[in-house]
Amino acid sequence: MSAIVVFIDQVDAPGKLHAIHHQLLTLARGAGEPVAVVAGPVSAELAAELGAYGVSRVLVSEQAELGGFLVAPKADLVAQAATAVSASAVLVDNGAQGREIAARVGVALDAGVITDAVAVSYDGGALVAHKSVLAGSYTVQARATSAVAVISVKSHSVEASEAAQAGVPAVEALTVAFAPASLGARVTKRTPRAATGRPELEDARIVVAGGRGVDGDFGPVEELADVLGAAVGASRAAADAGWISHAAQVGQTGKKVSPQLYISVGISGAIQQKAGMQTSKLIVAVNKDSDSPIFEIADFGIVGDLFKVLPQAVEEIKRRRA
Amino acid sequence: MTQRTVVENSALNIVVLVKYVPDTQFDRHLTGENHLLDRNESILSEMDEYALEAALALTDARGGAKAGNNVTALTLGPAAAAAAVKKSLQIGATAGLHISDEALAGSDASATSLALAAAIRTLGPVDLVITGMASTDGETSIIPAQLAARLGLPQVTFASSLEVEGSTVTARRDGDDVSEEIQATLPALVSVTDQANEPRYPNFKGILAAKKKKVTTLSLADIGVPAHAVGLAGSKTTVTEAAERPARTAGVIITDSGDAGIQLVDFLAAQKLI
Repeated sequence: MSAIVVFIDQVDAPGKLHAIHHQLLTLARGAGEPVAVVAGPVSAELAAELGAYGVSRVLVSEQAELGGFLVAPKADLVAQAATAVSASAVLVDNGAQGREIAARVGVALDAGVITDAVAVSYDGGALVAHKSVLAGSYTVQARATSAVAVISVKSHSVEASEAAQAGVPAVEALTVAFAPASLGARVTKRTPRAATGRPELEDARIVVAGGRGVDGDFGPVEELADVLGAAVGASRAAADAGWISHAAQVGQTGKKVSPQLYISVGISGAIQQKAGMQTSKLIVAVNKDSDSPIFEIADFGIVGDLFKVLPQAVEEIKRRRA
Repeated sequence: MTQRTVVENSALNIVVLVKYVPDTQFDRHLTGENHLLDRNESILSEMDEYALEAALALTDARGGAKAGNNVTALTLGPAAAAAAVKKSLQIGATAGLHISDEALAGSDASATSLALAAAIRTLGPVDLVITGMASTDGETSIIPAQLAARLGLPQVTFASSLEVEGSTVTARRDGDDVSEEIQATLPALVSVTDQANEPRYPNFKGILAAKKKKVTTLSLADIGVPAHAVGLAGSKTTVTEAAERPARTAGVIITDSGDAGIQLVDFLAAQKLI
């Protein structure tokens, strides 16, 4: 079986795997021999977790450059590790960093790069990436024609599962030779954001998003999100107004989400917004303007005042649960 | 790339990537056996306006074209893509470069970044390559990172703010968990987000001035790229299937008469979401 590299970043928060890593390892195990390539320390606990997901081989680098510069040194690690194990594929997460690592690994290995995969299947030994394009108006299947395929994969592309038999992986240190330009973009300051305690937008089963109509007050949106265990999103107008962090922005230039339920509140639903949410399974819209384009794509729409409708819904959910 | 010493506030030579993309306001379609994007009804990619603005803000602060600053708008695409360069010249770019060759059709990100790197190398010493955060058609954000790798430039991507002091570029990159300050020495590649600035519009003076600006059109042979390295033949990915997703249709729309919040909960309960 050919080796499939899964990149695991442990530089900032070492210790355990994220859900996306479980998913990538599950995909890799189904298509070949998963090889974990880790930036940062591999603790005994992490090695055991990797073993549980069927990893028998781990390549690790703790070189300081991996944390002190933007993206490029991590891409050097992944490319050199993939060459060392003769990998047929490289899987990374689909965050901004993951996509850029994929892009650079593609150049280093002269390999095809596919981003934003929502599922990965196998066909005659080749990995096939499934993705939505043109703001969700098409679904396509794509594959690499090169010896190595590099794919960045979105959350929930597969249900993660542990291997039938847990193993104890061999952990090998890899000394990465960084390209001079890889050490050109230095991280000179890091300011962590305060955690919201809510689910991540791209992982959440339910998203409640507010727009211009909330008029500076995200309170009702957050209260509904919290009774539903949902993530909070925002339109670009709301984020640009400074009412909420741009990290919450859903749309063409923000996050692209496909939750089970997307509740759009006070958002008109122009293309900028639709590009980020129209692949949601169900869309509910609350807007006081019955002409808003959001109602053209909503499964359930309410023309009304969000400051009345949302609190009433919150009270009703609490009442039914009591 | 050739290193250039940039002294305090000296003139800058900047290349801005501009892409001619189908207008997102209209329905967009994949056509033909290779599932290529129908490029009718195209415009300058909205995201690239932020890149152009970033370049113009830097050069304006250094005295603009009169002081020897250059902003070259570079596009790669069919004959019609010249419109993206023309619009950039109207907005304020000082020169245009259009790489046009039939063999480019169907190029994936890898082939595109290869050709763009070759095109930029023909421009001599460049201080900055500035791009948008993504195109509004492919939306992959692969090109900036691949171009930095191919040109051997520091990669400063997803910048939500950008400053250049002397030969140091400083940018802010806002991630989900952390906001980072990034510094690099020129020459460098920077991609900017839609938070970086407020793009200007072309004015009457700019539209008139653009007619006198130079647009160079080069073929693949001119930039030293063999035809087999790009297009469908040179791409390293292939789209094997494409299906149009059925358009979403409107469902039930009600007007609140006092109990819409309760009806909302009824809907969620019926869908087993609460």
